Amino acid sequence: MIGVLGELLITAGVLVFLFLGWQLWFNDLVVGGQQQSEALELREQWGPEVEAPVEVDPASFGDPVVSAVPADREQFANLYVPRFGADYVRPVAEGVGTRAVLNTIGVGHYPGTQMPGEVGNFAVAAHRTTHGAPFNRIAELRIGDPIIVETADGWYTYRFRTLDYVPPSGVEVLNAVPAVADGQPADRVITLTSCNPQFSDAERIIAYGVFDSWRPRSAGPPAEVSAALGNG
Amino acid sequence: MYAALWRVLPGPVWFRVLLVIVLVAGILFSLVTWVFPWVDSLVNNQEVTVQV
Repeated sequence: MIGVLGELLITAGVLVFLFLGWQLWFNDLVVGGQQQSEALELREQWGPEVEAPVEVDPASFGDPVVSAVPADREQFANLYVPRFGADYVRPVAEGVGTRAVLNTIGVGHYPGTQMPGEVGNFAVAAHRTTHGAPFNRIAELRIGDPIIVETADGWYTYRFRTLDYVPPSGVEVLNAVPAVADGQPADRVITLTSCNPQFSDAERIIAYGVFDSWRPRSAGPPAEVSAALGNG
Repeated sequence: MYAALWRVLPGPVWFRVLLVIVLVAGILFSLVTWVFPWVDSLVNNQEVTVQV
């Protein structure tokens, strides 16, 4: 005989494991799927799909168009990282509030940092575990991996360059020239921040990418995102 | 406790088994829909941003 107390304890233990399974696996699938479909809905507002992407030298498109700074919490971009999954796409909203943006929408843009394609630093944050975990596989990035941002104006392709690890107070990674105080930016970079180690937030993991190319919306999406758009 | 609950359930064994399955499914559904998100809002506060 176990007794009533024993049965209650066993029940409590089962509930804890159920919660962990929900938090670290089941809810990630649900929320991740929601974020993905929201991203695909968002891009429908940006106009119809271009049937035949233009295959020309990206340099011919000139300097990238920089979108206007969005309102707080406004979803203004989509992020594609094929290394995180062939169909990976997540919406990006202005602001990095935990409850307002990161727990729900997915990826948050640090206010005050530059916009996609702008000279300087386009810095974003997202969860590494729980709440859809958009940056769950951030440590798997390899040099040259495309990190592609889509806005109403077009497609901005960055290439992953390096990881860094900083304390939670390491705000210098958000500088226009990352980690350089008062630097005069000449390059366009993207900075992804998340928590480190996984399942902890003792440190921050930082992924840097450098700008590679830009194409206007009318030229169609780059080939790397075709799987995420459902025609790969 | 669970043995007592089992005895309280009416009907033949097959009906009680069905009843238990329905009850467990209902409990799981309410856990996932209401209880776990509420607990999550209390315990999960993992920071992913850099800030002063």
